[in-house]
Amino acid sequence: MAEYYAKSLELSGIPALTLTNLKHAERIAFDIGGSLTKLAFFSKISHKRALYTINPNTKSNCETEEEGWRLHFINFETKYIESCLDFVKQNVMGRSTDVNGKIIKATGGGAHKYKQLINEKLGVEISKEDEIQCLIKGCNFLLKNIPDEAFIYEKHSNPPYKFQSPSNQPLFPYLLVNIGSGVSMMKVISDTEVERIGGTSLGGGSFWGLGSLLTKAKGFDELLELAEKGDHRLVDMLVKDIYGGSYDLIGLPGDIIASSFGKAARSASDTSSAPVEYKEEDIARSLLISISNDIGQIACLSARLHKLKNIYFGGFFTRCRPITLYTITFAINYWSKGEIQALFLRHEGYLGAIGAFLKSAEETTDADKYSWGEHFAGSTGLQSPVALNFSKDSKVDLLELDRLERPVCYCPVLRSDAVYVPDTWDLTRDAEAREYWLNCFKEAVDKFAERAVLSQPNKADAAELAEQFKQKYIQRLQDLGEQPFAFGSLTVRTLLDTREQFLKEFEFPDPYLQQKRNDNKEALELFPSYLKNLDSKNWEQQQHDLVEGILAGNVFDWGAKEVTMLMDAQTLTFEDARSRLRPHPWLYDDYEAWLVRLRGSPHNCAVIFVDNSGFDIILGVFPFVRELLRRGTKVILAANSKPVLNDVTYRELVILADLVAASCEIITAALRNRRLLIVESGQGSPCLDLSRIDCGLVDAMVEHKVDLVVLVGMGRAVHTNLYAKFGCEVLKIAVLKNRWLANRLGGDMFSVIFKYEKYDASEEAAKFF
Amino acid sequence: MPWFGMDIGGTLAKLVYFEPTDVTPDEEELEVETLRTIRRYLTSNVAYGSDGVRDVHLEMKNVKLAGRVGTLHFIRFPTASMKSFIELAKEKKLATLADTICATGGGAYKFEEDFNKEVELALHKLDELQMLIQGINFIDDTYPSECFYWAHPDDEEQCKKVPFDFSDPYPYLVVNIGSGVSIIAVKSQGDYARVSGTSLGGGTFLGLCCLLTGCNTFEEAIEMAAQGDSKKVDKLVKDIYGGDYDKFNLPGHVVASSFGHMMCEDHRKTVCKEDLARSTLVTITNNIGSIARMTALNHGINKVVFVGNFLRVNPIAMKLLAYAMEYWSKGQLKALFLEHEGHFGAVGCLIELIKEKR
Repeated sequence: MAEYYAKSLELSGIPALTLTNLKHAERIAFDIGGSLTKLAFFSKISHKRALYTINPNTKSNCETEEEGWRLHFINFETKYIESCLDFVKQNVMGRSTDVNGKIIKATGGGAHKYKQLINEKLGVEISKEDEIQCLIKGCNFLLKNIPDEAFIYEKHSNPPYKFQSPSNQPLFPYLLVNIGSGVSMMKVISDTEVERIGGTSLGGGSFWGLGSLLTKAKGFDELLELAEKGDHRLVDMLVKDIYGGSYDLIGLPGDIIASSFGKAARSASDTSSAPVEYKEEDIARSLLISISNDIGQIACLSARLHKLKNIYFGGFFTRCRPITLYTITFAINYWSKGEIQALFLRHEGYLGAIGAFLKSAEETTDADKYSWGEHFAGSTGLQSPVALNFSKDSKVDLLELDRLERPVCYCPVLRSDAVYVPDTWDLTRDAEAREYWLNCFKEAVDKFAERAVLSQPNKADAAELAEQFKQKYIQRLQDLGEQPFAFGSLTVRTLLDTREQFLKEFEFPDPYLQQKRNDNKEALELFPSYLKNLDSKNWEQQQHDLVEGILAGNVFDWGAKEVTMLMDAQTLTFEDARSRLRPHPWLYDDYEAWLVRLRGSPHNCAVIFVDNSGFDIILGVFPFVRELLRRGTKVILAANSKPVLNDVTYRELVILADLVAASCEIITAALRNRRLLIVESGQGSPCLDLSRIDCGLVDAMVEHKVDLVVLVGMGRAVHTNLYAKFGCEVLKIAVLKNRWLANRLGGDMFSVIFKYEKYDASEEAAKFF
Repeated sequence: MPWFGMDIGGTLAKLVYFEPTDVTPDEEELEVETLRTIRRYLTSNVAYGSDGVRDVHLEMKNVKLAGRVGTLHFIRFPTASMKSFIELAKEKKLATLADTICATGGGAYKFEEDFNKEVELALHKLDELQMLIQGINFIDDTYPSECFYWAHPDDEEQCKKVPFDFSDPYPYLVVNIGSGVSIIAVKSQGDYARVSGTSLGGGTFLGLCCLLTGCNTFEEAIEMAAQGDSKKVDKLVKDIYGGDYDKFNLPGHVVASSFGHMMCEDHRKTVCKEDLARSTLVTITNNIGSIARMTALNHGINKVVFVGNFLRVNPIAMKLLAYAMEYWSKGQLKALFLEHEGHFGAVGCLIELIKEKR
């Protein structure tokens, strides 16, 4: 695996963006450790938002500037702190009145040592924050906000990283082991309650200190590299060195280390012969293994003593390196007999900095009240540092977190007894799928960039920006091909999110705006006659037409390249689309069961996660909504908060609903009586992560007692949620418009997914008895 | 048949020999020549070959064993010299006196074949834990001032060894510090189990010291450590926080990061070999103390008995263990030590030999 780590993201040009943002820093905090320093700052990011109007003749670009907030972290070696402060002084202090003359928060052991220097350089006072409080705050923040933050390490899986996302399972209490120069172990009881229950002085500083005495390596990273090449068995005394075989009586396997460095111990009888020369790499490895093992063992003993089942490791010791992760995991499994779990953090080094920053933000804003999302476009992955101005000879790690406009919460109708994983395929594990999708996204990027340019006719440098976007996205795809686990699990959803983030960075707020307008206009014109035709049929036929309407509408997807070709040629009509659908039996065909259900009592409230603009929403979803309303079911339409492809956004849907209502009394009345609600989903993706949906939507779902969830489209019902379990009835409806995906599921192009899943409460209850 | 017990560890081999002192002239007359040679060789020397040593100060006189009265002799030599020992046994014709020898420790497995071939003696391999516990019980019953603790371990002037009455020992934890460390919980006679251990033990101390200072023996390493100052090498809490870390009850003098100062090149220039040896000793000892303490708490045991040859000529380590146990457990745990540090496994084997003879 070593070849992954040699690779850096230098080419992706991230540092330029980060430094531009640093110039706009509003607030700064430091976490200064013995070896590494993290600079945290908050910056205002302005983005363009395209304004939607229904009139397709509005050619002028209606855009507004929108402000967002982004939290940046730069992780660099403490020895560059002077250059960093100089950079901050030149670029931030002169300009920003927000930082000037104010107090800067700092944490970490070095906060004490560098207090003076910071004061001299920046002319600001340092307010020292309690280190442990900062660590806990940072750790809780990451575990609650960042998908795939934590992972377990399974040596024999490929890849060995198994990621875990924030879930509905209780987080507290847990043991946080922070490995800095020394090691602190904290029992975290709640957001604010923490107890230091132990620690050990054998930590990162011991590895570095002893390593510097015993080898010529300069610094932590070089020592790690040495250790990766070495063989500790030439320095350590193994059980089999003592026993000459395995030690069955006590149950220790022969490869277990009986005495670290034991082979290096000389005795008087050896003095006659020349002392054995031990190789530096073997010594470094023995050192790394003995310290990691010791930390694992002491962590396990502490966890046992306090009856804690999960141990999270923070600090910047493991650096997510396989030997360290494996050794710690092995020690904990071994000593706890598998009862205690070792969990590592992708952002293990940022806990203190995040905590210090949150503390500084606490005094002015409720930073804690917001939700945050990882900005992949501006972050470095696991072990993929980049070069940055102020530390020329060494690499830095970057992390960026976007403050979401509105808070997100866990979907209330997911089954509480099942672990929710949004994605159907994990491309980190599925090499064939990974290859296909990385290539697919790469091939689509030209068309995509082309359309982006077209969406900005008045922008002189649009072509140039699109080219930059293309290069950076392609570079990222390549990096992900080599290191698929760099940003957590790789999925179609994260690939889409990353693309949108890069696109936004290059000022293409909504490339499909014009397309959406055209499609909506066309569909709206057909809407009255479509309803009339529908009403002329008998009940049973109506029900079938309604389902088929959603399916036909769903064919119009600009994200599916096979369909894009038909649509580009402007030859695809709604009826065409309908005729392309595969006949019954569908690939997943629960239509009969659904029909039976429709003959029964109405649902109380349905939430529909809608997909595309145009035919999909207007001729597919709205007639279905009308039928549900007619049956006496309330309906919540959940649309994306941010634009992506031709997916209908919340703002657009509000306008469209009024236009639709003009030709439909039922919808007019329902909007007025609040029996039909238009709500934003909090998403900006064709996929749907139900663990992070808009809290307003969650409130509405709870208030109106949702008992039916409808997921529309490949992104929401196939790429994600295909196997998700709900605590109520659910319809998963999509048309497969991608040949690979269709084949994977055993179907064909235009195969139909119509999954109707009932909820059996006794099934869930049964688990408790 | 001479009465031996042997414990062949990773670094040291331990041999106990029971010398009967109640030999009547008649018996002596009957005694075969080889047995006499061996007895005289062992009891008239304090050093054997280049590195075998008899710990004279541990010798136990008037020991009653299987109806005989005699002296127990404690001998040790590096496991690396095992081959020479085997040659010696061959030379002294040990095989003409007996056909088996009771031994424990990893070396009993490793050198079994050599014994068979070279000396034509079968090694009777015995369980390490069982022998250790058996040895502790026997010695403690026989030797009145075997068990002791350190009073005022952190005070150079007042610090002293105080005898401890170990006649009602259960439950207790045995921390056997040899090359590596084994931790055994003993609940009652015959009810014991290995509950923990660590690879950071005496071998690690010596191995690291050899690499860091170029020293050649354990004694040399300990002497260097006695003269060194670990504060120049280790980062203390106060080095980081400027004082105590009150909020979490961490006094400034506690080591925050072992060898932490050595991250910095300037600091590396200011330390001497003695400082490095001291820091190595403190680091390894405190780490063993931590693991022992938590293991004791996890098993609800408050008497922790430290044994093993790491503690030989090593009052610094004993006092550190005594202090750490008391300080971190707020007086709940007691660190106990035994005079015959590393010889219990061998004694256990001797007892086993006698049991089997009956």
